[in-house]
Amino acid sequence: MLVQVNDIRKKYPGIWALNGVSFGVEKGKVLGVLGENGAGKSTLFRILASITRPTNGTATVMGKPVGYETRKVTAFLPEVNPFYGWMRVMEQLEFLAEFYPGWDMDKSRELMSFLSIEDNVKIGTLSKGQQAKLKIVFAFSWPAELVLMDEPLGGIDPPARNRIINTLFGEFRFGEQTIIMSTHMVSEVEELLEDVIYMKKGKIVLSGSADKLREEKGTSLVGIFEEIAG
Amino acid sequence: MKVKLDPTRPIYIQIMEEIKKRAVRGQYKSGEKLPSVRELARETEVNPNTIARVYMELERDGFIFTRRGQGSFVTEDTTRVAEERIRLADDAAERFLREIGGLNLNADVRKKIIDRIGIELSDNAENENI
Repeated sequence: MLVQVNDIRKKYPGIWALNGVSFGVEKGKVLGVLGENGAGKSTLFRILASITRPTNGTATVMGKPVGYETRKVTAFLPEVNPFYGWMRVMEQLEFLAEFYPGWDMDKSRELMSFLSIEDNVKIGTLSKGQQAKLKIVFAFSWPAELVLMDEPLGGIDPPARNRIINTLFGEFRFGEQTIIMSTHMVSEVEELLEDVIYMKKGKIVLSGSADKLREEKGTSLVGIFEEIAG
Repeated sequence: MKVKLDPTRPIYIQIMEEIKKRAVRGQYKSGEKLPSVRELARETEVNPNTIARVYMELERDGFIFTRRGQGSFVTEDTTRVAEERIRLADDAAERFLREIGGLNLNADVRKKIIDRIGIELSDNAENENI
């Protein structure tokens, strides 16, 4: 298992954001974590990215407890803009290149030109779509073992979405790299996912192969989502 | 061209059908190289792991074959493609019959439809160049 999560619980004042979550992800999978806002998706991602610690339970990436070591193999793309607004795009990428092993600046330039991001503008002035594209540049400029994408397509117009998916599937080293992406808009990712986990109120309520679930339930991932939310 | 997928059915089965249809229509010719897993993933916006599974299943079916380091190719066995054509036609006929069967048609309308199908199918046959 590339990722292993065992009985994770996370308490915030007055609420259990995660209430006993366990699962494993095999190397090379494309997993979707689906749930409404407040289901605990972002908390789970922040734990996997070692931004925050669980109250109970353990999480490992490549057999190592999440922490400094695993951060160097994990590309975490949070829902909010993770970059410095006052930096210019290229400065930001050069800054990140220092930290992430195997960063390939030629690859960054290639991706930026494909995604039409200018390298000399301040990040604070980028649109939401441009920021989402820049996160993709970050994810695929270096050979991350694990790519965590929290709501990667949220509020993005169709042309930007197509470019992002094209880059994602053009660059994703299938069989080697593992992707976990979350969304509360299941229709946006219906065809992108291989495996899915449905979360509700800090717990996993259903999980499995996307195609197998379609077969068993006779409906789409969106249909299953609505049933669960209902 | 983006493939229209029905999200309520397993995606890998629909991609398998799409490749077979393209071969039957002659878009992928017998013995010709198929797009790479990555190319097809980008075209269909289906994740590459699922496309890789499709190629694996098609190979197990004997519909395509793989040359190490060169990619995947449509079977050189043209009877295999011809069989697939008949199977796809059968499936389409089945869907049509199920739909029309539920409409309680009288003999008159039934005859009109049968005539029309006969005419259109033979028109098609004159245009066929396979």
